[in-house]
Amino acid sequence: MSGGGFSIRRYLRPGLKLPFCPGCGCYTIINCFLKAVWELGHEDLSEFAFCSGIGCAAWIPSPYFNADSIHTPHGRAIPVATGVKLARPELKVVVFGGDGDIAGIGCGHLIHAARRNTDITVIMVNNMVYGMTGGQVAPTTPLGAKTTTTPLGCFERPLDVANVVAAAGANYSARWTTAHRRQLTDAFRRALTGRGLRFVEVVSPCPTNFGRRMGMDAKALLRWFVEASVPIEEARNMGAEELRGRIVVGTFADRDEPGLLDRLREAYGRARPP
Amino acid sequence: MPEAYLWPGNIACAEGAIAAGCRFFAGYPITPANEISEHMAKRLPEVGGIFIQMEDEMASLGAVIGASWAGLRAMTATSGPGFSLMQELIGYAFFTETPCVIVDVMRVGPSTGQATRAAQGDVMQARWGPHGDYAAVVLAPSSPQEMFDLTVRAFDISERLRTPVVVLSDEIIAHMRENVIVPDEIRIPERARPERGRQEFFGPELVPPMPRLGDGFNVPVTGSTHDERGIRFTRDPIVHRRLIKRLWAKVYSSAREVWDWELCGEQEGKLDLAFVSFGSMSRSVLEAIDILASRGLRVASLRLKAIWPFPDEVVAKLAERAEAIIVPELNMGQLVREVRRAVAGRARVIGLSRVGGGELPTPEELAEFALEVVRR
Repeated sequence: MSGGGFSIRRYLRPGLKLPFCPGCGCYTIINCFLKAVWELGHEDLSEFAFCSGIGCAAWIPSPYFNADSIHTPHGRAIPVATGVKLARPELKVVVFGGDGDIAGIGCGHLIHAARRNTDITVIMVNNMVYGMTGGQVAPTTPLGAKTTTTPLGCFERPLDVANVVAAAGANYSARWTTAHRRQLTDAFRRALTGRGLRFVEVVSPCPTNFGRRMGMDAKALLRWFVEASVPIEEARNMGAEELRGRIVVGTFADRDEPGLLDRLREAYGRARPP
Repeated sequence: MPEAYLWPGNIACAEGAIAAGCRFFAGYPITPANEISEHMAKRLPEVGGIFIQMEDEMASLGAVIGASWAGLRAMTATSGPGFSLMQELIGYAFFTETPCVIVDVMRVGPSTGQATRAAQGDVMQARWGPHGDYAAVVLAPSSPQEMFDLTVRAFDISERLRTPVVVLSDEIIAHMRENVIVPDEIRIPERARPERGRQEFFGPELVPPMPRLGDGFNVPVTGSTHDERGIRFTRDPIVHRRLIKRLWAKVYSSAREVWDWELCGEQEGKLDLAFVSFGSMSRSVLEAIDILASRGLRVASLRLKAIWPFPDEVVAKLAERAEAIIVPELNMGQLVREVRRAVAGRARVIGLSRVGGGELPTPEELAEFALEVVRR
């Protein structure tokens, strides 16, 4: 690595100011992600293509990363990323999205990408709410949480996304919170290498549209993340009742099975010219 | 030597795409478009292309858009229900200036309707399907030969204008077998690429050069309103107006090159009667005008091979000559509204609707109806 030490500036598009609210977890995620990129030896983002959908987290790469990025319609980042990767396999294709984008409207695409083991990285920023639209209930909102569309408390169970992705066949799936900066950076580094689908769920504070209605500022949200987090190894020995309200963190899957491109090339090797 | 094949329309469409350099296809199963996917799944690996069946129609067009930005000519094919689901991404492809081809093999609707039966009910969906200010380019084949030719043309227009192009077919054309002549050589110009160091990919020219992802341009592509560089401007009225006016000018200033039609019957002079039609319906019309001519009427058929942008002047010119214009279609009356608008009172315009079961009116029925119109 040359040209000085790590600074997120070297990866950001000049002349733009990041748009996130004070206390938003996206700042930490950008830092940890670009740190992982740096640690892997990339001096710029020329080997990457980013895809994102709609929502605050989708704005992380678009247009702030000085890189190629496609900001797609809501939920469609993974299919677009699939097309990019199949057409230009040499690119590292990374999807950023929120929980609503990836596990709500785009949930079908996520599960099928895990099933295919599509050779892309998916980073889901889980702030437990639809933040950009004002704090409506999400598929990841904890039971009982007050949101603008659950004024009496959320009466649906949240989706355990990292677990679902692992079960659907992704090569790598992990969950950390923005309070786990080192583990998060390591998880990003792992998710940027190897083949198959690599998924990282980041539990992230939204003080503006989640914390506010829960009576928690950014600091309190982070404190809650630390207190509620339980390593997956411990969680395996805990009952459902004990785990209620806890955030299970760690690695849900880490394997090296053939990715979509491997399987496709194997099948296409059988094609005979006309 | 050009070669001749006995192909159904759907196979001709897939072969046309491959001849046009299509090297990426993503689709979702739907009747009556399946043979296009199935043929592409077999043929693309033979020519170094990629086929993938996605989990739904949004994913299919999404993957096509991603592949297009990664540099490949890309296509999907569907029918009404899937075409409805794709509208989101058709609007996105238009707004982000992503070349791609979407084939809609029309069947009876709305909803699931009659999956195996032809209709022409997607005329207006093809024009106005995406929300907001979309400008459509839609071609309309009426034979397996045209499934080949117009699919090639769709790629040509799409690549030249950097905009999605829809091929509006129907179940009859899709499944009928006819001779298809494949020309020796088909050349579609390569996409114009930006010069190194360029930072405007969305203007200021009418059709700006399109970078390929991974080539070092750091292009931000977005479905939000954006400036020439691709930077999001979500509130500025000027940036939005400038963008949308350019996108419309791009399509409408090319309208005359897109327009494509065939005039049969009396080529000049006054007409007792004229037909305006497209797709499978035109096949019945062509026989009907022979019947009417044999009864001593002066008749003509204007068959539209491109319906959007609508060829106002072509229809208006016909209206100058004709006493009455009949617009038969397999829907409750969609194209007829455009014809009436373009005719603007110069002639009587009478619609003939036929829906359900994929039944075309027979040439005799059309002739009978026409004689009634003339007598009125």
